Amino acid sequence: MFTSNPFAELSASISPIVMQTYVVVMALLVVGGTVYDTLHKKSAQYFFANWRKAQNKGARQVGGGEMVSLAIQTVAVEVLSAGELCTARRRIAHLLTMYGFIAYVITTVIMVFGYPTPATPTPAILPQLWGIGGLMVCAGGYWFWFFLRVDVAAEGHSRFRVVQADIFILSLLASVTLGLIWAALQAAGSAGTSVFLGLYLIATTVLFASIPWSKFSHMFFKPAAAFQKRVEDANGSRSNLPAPADKPETFGSARTEPQHY
Amino acid sequence: MPTFVYMTRCDGCGYCVDICPSDIMHIDTTYRRAYNIEPNMCWECYSCVKSCPQHAIDCRGYSDFAPMGHSVRALREEEKGTISWKIKFRDGREKNFVSPIRTTPWGSIKSPSDYAAPSQAAFKAQELAHEPEALNIGKLPALTPDRLKQGVV
Repeated sequence: MFTSNPFAELSASISPIVMQTYVVVMALLVVGGTVYDTLHKKSAQYFFANWRKAQNKGARQVGGGEMVSLAIQTVAVEVLSAGELCTARRRIAHLLTMYGFIAYVITTVIMVFGYPTPATPTPAILPQLWGIGGLMVCAGGYWFWFFLRVDVAAEGHSRFRVVQADIFILSLLASVTLGLIWAALQAAGSAGTSVFLGLYLIATTVLFASIPWSKFSHMFFKPAAAFQKRVEDANGSRSNLPAPADKPETFGSARTEPQHY
Repeated sequence: MPTFVYMTRCDGCGYCVDICPSDIMHIDTTYRRAYNIEPNMCWECYSCVKSCPQHAIDCRGYSDFAPMGHSVRALREEEKGTISWKIKFRDGREKNFVSPIRTTPWGSIKSPSDYAAPSQAAFKAQELAHEPEALNIGKLPALTPDRLKQGVV
């Protein structure tokens, strides 16, 4: 199934130009949607206001070199390894979904633009990475959706209760799942291929066009917020948190031995 | 001082929902962030404040002794065994407190599930489950049944 480029196979019925135009339109929707999201939620305004406030409150100025070091730490910890997430299970699910999505999107773009027809043979690694990326998104995404979502895990709500906040994860899962089913049916030469292609395109369009109402743009906002948090820690403003403490010398009452447990 | 959540700091992990003994920390259905649904019913135990990994929860003081504009922030450092509180008043004064989180070593408390299930007779006893051994004392003072009917003088 993951040995051939599904988009090259598709070029028999849809022109590569159409596919490439679709990918460009999706990329423009991501850029436009993120800018609109930033403006209508005023998140950039809030971010910079908070940034100035934290700088004014800071006990010391953070220099350029330290700023670069903090940026590298943010990329290494918060971005690449999702260090801000609290529990190991949430972190693993997030990393599966994130790296799966990155592999899936990048290989899609390479296959659509670099190897659009069977005339240019696709290296086997690309469809394999595309399939593995898709399966990683499904593993992380469905795990999150059915078990880790906080109103399921903590509130005990139904796994099937859907609210606006779910647009991103649901459209992502629908897009990737339908894409994998479409590729599998195409490889098997099944009759339902075109139906699943249509559903795949609808889900993908919803994923990229719904950015102003979904959580998609968190992948751009969260690194900025994590960096700001690190700078606040470094300059001493620390979000008004107390300074890290030394271990107290006396544990419990000095007069009586604790007997609580 | 009931608690409230900074929505921009909260990442919706649900720790506060799990730990709240009053069951008033809930997840907002639209933004999927935690919030205190009923501050008037808050026990003010600060379990949520201490457990929040994002330091997203503050305490809101009643206006008679802590006027608007103050803030209460907590930093729990499990590896040091300390919890620090920073109270900032609106006139700029700050008060800082550091306390030990606990008085016994980590892991030394026996979990309720480690105790044997109480017998039927224990359900009729005056002691709570696993008392008095769970309190590390030999015997609890108890009233005899005839004194119970009379009431405590």
